[in-house]
Amino acid sequence: MSRLKAYANRLSHLFLPLSVLALLIIINLIKGTDYFSITMVNGAFYGNIPNILFGASELVILSIGMTLVTAASRGQDISIGEIGAITSATFVLYVLNAREVTLLTILVGFLISCVVGIILGAFNGTLVSVFKVQPMVATLILFLGGRSIAFMIDGKVSPILANEISNKIGTVIPGVPIQTPIILTAVFIAIVAIVLKTTNLRLYVESVGINPNAARLNGIDPKKIIFLTFLIMGVCSAVAGFIAVNKAGRHDSVNILKFIMMDAILAVALGGNSLAGGKFSITGSIIGAYTIEMLNRTLLRLEVNPEAIKSFKAVFIIILMVIASPVVRVMVKKVLDRAKMLYAERQADGLNNTVVSITGTTGKKED
Amino acid sequence: MRTLNTTKRKTRLSNSNLLFMIAGIIFVLMYGFALISYPGSFMHFQTFFDLFNLNSALFIVTLGLCVVMISGGIDISVGAVCGLVTMACAMFLQSTMGSIWGALLLALGIGTAFGVLHGFLIAYLEIQPFIITLGGMFLAQGLLTTLHKNPINVTMPAFVALRNFTIEIPWLGTVNRLGFFIPCEIKPGVIVVVVLVILYAVLMKWSRFGRNVYAVGGNSESARLLGINVKRTMFFSYVISGLTAGISGFVFLMTTGAGNIGNGALFEMKAIASNVIGGILLNGGVGNLLGAPIGTLTLLTINELIRAAGVQSNLQAIVSGLLLYIFIVLQSIIMSLRGRRNFRFALPSWLKPHQLQDEKKIEN
Amino acid sequence: MQSEIILKMEGICKSFPGVRALHNVDFVLRKGEIHALMGENGAGKSTLIKVLTGVYEKDAGQTILDGRPVHFKSPQEALNMGIGTVFQEIMLCPNLTVAENMFIGRSRNNFVQWTKMNAKAAQILDSLGIQASPTQELSSCSIAVQQMVAIARAIDMDCKILILDEPTSSLDDDEVNKLFALMRELKSRGVGIIFITHFLDQVYEISDTITVLRNGKLIGEYQTATLSQIELISHMMGKALSDVSEMKKQEQPKSRSSVPVFEATGLSSAAGVRPFNFTIEKGEVNGFAGLLGSGRSESVRAIFAADKVTGGEVKINGKQVKLKTPLDAMKKGIGYLPEDRKHDGIIGELSVRDNIILALQVMKGFFKPFSRKQAEEFANQYIKKLDIRTPSTNTPIESLSGGNQQKVVLARWLLTHPMYLILDEPTRGIDVGTKVEIQKLVLKLAEDGMSLTFISSEIDEMLRVCSRLIVMKDREIVGELSGKNLTEQDAMHMIAQGGK
Repeated sequence: MSRLKAYANRLSHLFLPLSVLALLIIINLIKGTDYFSITMVNGAFYGNIPNILFGASELVILSIGMTLVTAASRGQDISIGEIGAITSATFVLYVLNAREVTLLTILVGFLISCVVGIILGAFNGTLVSVFKVQPMVATLILFLGGRSIAFMIDGKVSPILANEISNKIGTVIPGVPIQTPIILTAVFIAIVAIVLKTTNLRLYVESVGINPNAARLNGIDPKKIIFLTFLIMGVCSAVAGFIAVNKAGRHDSVNILKFIMMDAILAVALGGNSLAGGKFSITGSIIGAYTIEMLNRTLLRLEVNPEAIKSFKAVFIIILMVIASPVVRVMVKKVLDRAKMLYAERQADGLNNTVVSITGTTGKKED
Repeated sequence: MRTLNTTKRKTRLSNSNLLFMIAGIIFVLMYGFALISYPGSFMHFQTFFDLFNLNSALFIVTLGLCVVMISGGIDISVGAVCGLVTMACAMFLQSTMGSIWGALLLALGIGTAFGVLHGFLIAYLEIQPFIITLGGMFLAQGLLTTLHKNPINVTMPAFVALRNFTIEIPWLGTVNRLGFFIPCEIKPGVIVVVVLVILYAVLMKWSRFGRNVYAVGGNSESARLLGINVKRTMFFSYVISGLTAGISGFVFLMTTGAGNIGNGALFEMKAIASNVIGGILLNGGVGNLLGAPIGTLTLLTINELIRAAGVQSNLQAIVSGLLLYIFIVLQSIIMSLRGRRNFRFALPSWLKPHQLQDEKKIEN
Repeated sequence: MQSEIILKMEGICKSFPGVRALHNVDFVLRKGEIHALMGENGAGKSTLIKVLTGVYEKDAGQTILDGRPVHFKSPQEALNMGIGTVFQEIMLCPNLTVAENMFIGRSRNNFVQWTKMNAKAAQILDSLGIQASPTQELSSCSIAVQQMVAIARAIDMDCKILILDEPTSSLDDDEVNKLFALMRELKSRGVGIIFITHFLDQVYEISDTITVLRNGKLIGEYQTATLSQIELISHMMGKALSDVSEMKKQEQPKSRSSVPVFEATGLSSAAGVRPFNFTIEKGEVNGFAGLLGSGRSESVRAIFAADKVTGGEVKINGKQVKLKTPLDAMKKGIGYLPEDRKHDGIIGELSVRDNIILALQVMKGFFKPFSRKQAEEFANQYIKKLDIRTPSTNTPIESLSGGNQQKVVLARWLLTHPMYLILDEPTRGIDVGTKVEIQKLVLKLAEDGMSLTFISSEIDEMLRVCSRLIVMKDREIVGELSGKNLTEQDAMHMIAQGGK
């Protein structure tokens, strides 16, 4: 029984993203009961749910990185899209300059892009951990200049990545019914889960985010941990960039992963994580990311003007923030406490009435 | 016990003024370098005036953002609001009831509405400014594309006349290839910039509100204990930022003549960079308002330099980023050299720093 | 000295959940009096002031100002009635000028008249003898001057009562003199000053009256001129009112090995500790005695490398080592229970279990996490051992009571089985019964071979467990007590005389 309780407790952290998800599912089902239908197109699953899984691949990976950065450094990295643009540019550069494109080429290209991602992550990480610059400010630099760097690397022309393997990575491997990006994302999530299980990353990151002083006095170096989270973010950006560029088949410095940091931050917040750092839930962020993707597609399905989607999301974030704001929380608590008190008084009164009816006198002392 | 200050101590330059002077010096150096390196492009007065003529909107946005930054906050919606206003005003002017005053009112209205929204949520509900104004930015962008996807050229005669209105400076000018003397031109947008600069400078230096903004930016907890209404001050700083963004939208329309969904893009980042270059610290409380236009000038000059040097325009963004980086590091070095022990600004929540050694609070 | 009473607080009581901060405290302040309010940590000084200035709502008692009962609901109200506070942390705006800091927030004028303001400021600064220019940025002034500017502001607002909360903590001698000169000027103007401090010498130099609080109770009000230092110290540190049974005092450590477990020479740190020597033997329990601010915590933090070590040599079991970070110290078998539990000890939102295993886990390494089962075992083991009251091992530590939080942090370090454990105020906020348990535990650990340093502001606690006391005053070691000199009297004498 207590195991069930413990399980329920853990799920309660996920209340926010799950309830939003549930709401969206309901809305979609109202629109058309065939929401969950899945068909096979070109040998792969196709339908609303598979499309969501497909479309959110990059966002999920980025949200994982953002969760860690937020948890440890109490700030957000706004350069994740730009880092992805640069790393994918190096990937494309390598692949297009290779004599022939084999699986090995792609793999090496991928690894190179990850290294670039780590370097860029180190740039951000150094500014934040060593120079004590605030994360948003530090990452503002790459946000401003990143795409131009990517532009320089891919030579102004949107290079086209037209090889078989990229195609398979971006869409589907023949014979496998699930699209490749979904598989890649799942593998990534699995790796992250293993890392969390086999290292003390969670303990260290949470300690640093909650109380860096105490963490230090217990032997953890907050600077190193913060730096590490930015490195991880860099890798996440590289992986996301890799998936994005293979999906698109070409490298567009301007538009690849554009403004995705907004969705990533939103996913983290939606996942029940505090934007001020501390305890984190990767699962929450993952659900949050898929929820946002579902939100995007739901709005499209409801035939909302695509341009207006941005506004909707903006309003949604604002409402979310308002509900989560400390001031509102305090007000809500007051109201709830008041309600509890009134309820308790009612109960007490009811009891008194019973006493009166039985004994003929009130139990209360007359003042 | 009375002692007289027999030796009048020479007061050290304030942080705000120091950073402002550095910004000014760097600008002069930068421009001087430009003059020497590319006299062909820069040796004309018109080039200087064109910096203002073509970028009036950016100057204006930077001013409004300056106020918010000094109060310790940030507003990244200003670019999007500017863009939204251009489209809304363009549509309004092209419609049957279009009028210039109406458009102006619309611009101010939209800007103020955003400012009030942000100000309320940030100051009174204590939500982080970054997220709220990011939401505002997306809201504005969304509204912009919803309103009208394609560019709208404003052909309304009164407006076109306003656009074309130029002030000529007869004694400054260049002789063109055909031998005609062409006097320097200043566009109406520049007038707006000058007026706003003067207005805001007076506001920040001489008004109670302006000084409260500095106080709140310096240490909001102290400001509260000193009797300042911190929430109200922060609220109005965002209203000002929004209002200014609205004005800039109108001026942008005057400059380019068309509403376009790309209008105002990246303005907020350029404005932040301009402010930082101009000596307005991101943590708040430090900065001279006149530094905002100087910083903008510097940023624009660098971009012009790059253009004159024949480098691709996309590098401009890298340069902005690099410049920002250099200035942030430079400023923090200067401030730490100047800084004394035990002195700290109270940092606003949106810029929660990574403090490893919180000062020890003695438990009583 | 004028003896007209301007402030009278009677029977003040204030409680917080689980702790009685003030119980029936009286306080009297007269016109033109400099009145020192003294007491160790937890004595209730700051609570009393917060009640006076309206930050806290008192539970009982009354405050009488100028003969009329008053009740402040906020510091602003207190200020309006003439009670000004200058906090230890300068509550001014560093980026504004001196003059602005004096006047901002006070006038309803919409425009600032700089010349007028600067002139007025210059006049006030002059009359108070403050060496500062009205137009200089506050951040360019020394801390002392900043404090005086804060005082000047209060005075200009016609404060009749000025509360100075630990004003001299960051001042050097020169600056302290300047501050005192200002205080005397104010005294001559009839301002009543409440001076909260822990520096004995300063109290004797400047104050007229001393009120001592201990454990939330008023010990007494005394005339500075007629109270000896030793009496003052004994009032402040005297016997705790707990009823404790006699415990076997620790004798000489069992194995007197020639090599001390830990030896430091000339150790100094960035926290302002003067170079000191320190040794501890195997199985020995020693302690640091001294008043608040004497540098005890800073010294042990230097041992643990919690603050940046700026000099000195350290030998562990005879071998020279370099301890640069807490992790270095931990790996060498040293543990440290910090004084400020909230700030340095607990990781609030993490569970009790995570808090308990934290130190040991870090020592084990990044790549070797304990299994959930293992962690649970450890946690349960110590929950039982120390009788920690918690709904579960998963409960966030911040929802535990202070005493239980302390036990969790203690468990954390016990779990690492250190060879040398430093306990800085381990019994603060813990009930009497548990205090005794912890003291017994300390003795048992020592008997089993652990070396311990036990710091407590209750000297008789230390006397019960320590075999040696290192006495500190004003951030340096003034002496050592052991054997038959290990008595309360001797300790207080040593503190009073200060080794001068």
